[in-house]
Amino acid sequence: MNRHLLSAADLTRDDALLVLDTAAELAAVSDRSVKKLPTLRGRTVVNLFYEDSTRTRISFEVAAKRLSADVITFSAKGSSVSKGESLKDTALTLQAIGADAVVCRHHASGAPHTLSRWVEGSVVNAGDGTHEHPTQALLDAYTMRARTGRLEGLRVAIVGDVLHSRVARSNVLLLATLGAEVTLVSPPTLLPLGVDAWPAETSYDLDAVLPKTDVVMMLRVQRERMGAAYFPSEREYARRYGLDAARMAALPDEAIVMHPGPMNRGMEIAAEVADSVRSTIVDQVANGVSVRMAVLYLLLAGGQTADQGRGGAA
Amino acid sequence: MSWVLQGVSILGGPPTDVLVDGGVIAEIGAGLRGEQTLDAAGLVALPGLVDLHTHLREPGREDAETVETGTAAAALGGFTAVHAMANTDPVADTAGVVEQVFHLGRAAGHCDVAPVGAVTVGLRGTALAELGAMATSAARVRVFSDDGVCVSDAGLMRRALEYVKAFDGVVAQHAEEPSLTVGAQLHEGVVSAQLGLAGWPAVAEEAIIARDCLLAGHVGSRLHICHVSTAGSVELIRFAKARGIDVTAEVTPHHLLLTDASATGYDPVFKVNPPLRTRADVDAVRAGLADGTIDAVATDHAPHATEDKETEWAAARPGMLGLQTALPIVAGLGLAWSVIAERMSSAPARIGRLPGHGRPIAVGEPANLCLFDPAATWTVDGHALASRAHNTPYEGMTMTGAVVATFLRGEPTVLDGKLT
Repeated sequence: MNRHLLSAADLTRDDALLVLDTAAELAAVSDRSVKKLPTLRGRTVVNLFYEDSTRTRISFEVAAKRLSADVITFSAKGSSVSKGESLKDTALTLQAIGADAVVCRHHASGAPHTLSRWVEGSVVNAGDGTHEHPTQALLDAYTMRARTGRLEGLRVAIVGDVLHSRVARSNVLLLATLGAEVTLVSPPTLLPLGVDAWPAETSYDLDAVLPKTDVVMMLRVQRERMGAAYFPSEREYARRYGLDAARMAALPDEAIVMHPGPMNRGMEIAAEVADSVRSTIVDQVANGVSVRMAVLYLLLAGGQTADQGRGGAA
Repeated sequence: MSWVLQGVSILGGPPTDVLVDGGVIAEIGAGLRGEQTLDAAGLVALPGLVDLHTHLREPGREDAETVETGTAAAALGGFTAVHAMANTDPVADTAGVVEQVFHLGRAAGHCDVAPVGAVTVGLRGTALAELGAMATSAARVRVFSDDGVCVSDAGLMRRALEYVKAFDGVVAQHAEEPSLTVGAQLHEGVVSAQLGLAGWPAVAEEAIIARDCLLAGHVGSRLHICHVSTAGSVELIRFAKARGIDVTAEVTPHHLLLTDASATGYDPVFKVNPPLRTRADVDAVRAGLADGTIDAVATDHAPHATEDKETEWAAARPGMLGLQTALPIVAGLGLAWSVIAERMSSAPARIGRLPGHGRPIAVGEPANLCLFDPAATWTVDGHALASRAHNTPYEGMTMTGAVVATFLRGEPTVLDGKLT
């Protein structure tokens, strides 16, 4: 593995499978009464969050703590960041306190790349602007493999605001690496110009795609996009691209429904779909912790084997 | 003091001596004598370069560049005149500000500074600035531009084009339809999609160029297009010229050399407006420059303080240094020296109405000259450039060709590649 995880494209097929396999081993820890390994004892993981994201921040925090790392959470509100400190000065501060890993969520695409030039520790991209969110893609792949038993040849439809979605970008790259077949389904206004170069098919027609889909991943639609005329109204969006019970019925029997959260119930996904047995949304959250443990473990203790780490816990 | 340039090649021609005396070219021939001799064997003489598009940052951002440091960079790049863009702080939208910049240029003495006047008050795009006052000031402004922002209101643009006819002015348009470039960061295409950066579509430039060419034709005015960056823009300008519309255009060295693929590491040194485009666009602007559809090379030299570039991409200011690297880049395109002289000196001097610049190298003409060694190589080091800022996109790149000497009205401003 590279020193940093900035893009899903940084992962070879072997790297990605190693993360998933390691996550599966580490998942066992979460089932114990004492949910802790000593693997990263004495290492410092900084969660640097320039954007509110309770879900991702907590997931990384729990992952690092279960590996016994010292965890510092640094969020933009109430820190020097909100006083206008530059990313560079923040990076130099983190460097000075000896951060072994910096988990960075930022509103600007590429900010973790920029950060990685200034810190010696590993940088993990926890979502940057409209660029990527590689650990989300890893936990999604983990969930798909756990629920369907395979990734090679799996037909995945990613539905919604692809243009602004870091989840979609990372998933397309990772799933292509892992041999899945991705179709992006979106109104034309929410597909990026240049999407033709991506390893994915595209469609404007959700109903045509659903019967040929093993996994349907619904993306969150930001309500503020409506003002920018990407689509006329929430109702029209839901009618054309929302996953309701009738559409869910068009899926093959074994197909699953995913959503990275937070959901707009009633817009891109109907409540009865979100709460159905096909839904993996709760699994995704649980798997997120295991996958992030695996990423931190492999980046920070890559020299050891997972068994050594567990041996220390016994 | 008189100078003999010994064995110089005028525009790539056979070696000859050139005697510079009294600010003019006094004699051309063999075995000439003067008070000072410069061994110019192997050097190509070009008319002193003229830049239509330079950001000198003074007044307002003297931490990034001053008239002194910017014109020093210009002289070292072979320029004898630069047009100082109006987007300073305060904006150069009054006779007072353009005269200040003009006098700062005089005092620095490295090259002539022709201030550009803003088209609209404060570059706000709502009311015409006092264009006539700037034209009749000591600064003799002939080029007017809101560069940095587009004069996007069609009615106002029409009035500006008409109004400057009274003093033979030209409006230099930064072509960017603002409603198509909200938050735009990078050329809209494969790379912007991959990087998740908001796209700056080619059509935002082309739509304004099409509109303004038609407006200029309609009112019979001169129009100049700044930093043409797309293949479609070249086509539109070619079409307008064929229709007899009085339009001229410039292209920057960076749009002649670099593509949007440079952005993949998110290093904001490659962030510029208009953005770097695709290989096909680079090929098209090169072809346009070669066939004369694009009249001039202009640097869009845009110094920025380190803290404005060492940031996340979206927070960085757009722009890059260009004065000291322009000629080596253009010289590497395979154009004849006479074409380089036309595009980098004669045409910009004509467009900017700068008498005494861009003249032929002939007896009796003003001795504004650039002596260039096409064989020399050097490695770009941002901290070694004369600009106060260091934001060169060519850091570490080996350039072929170096400016050895620059003469401004017969006096050397640069000798042996150093300021005099």
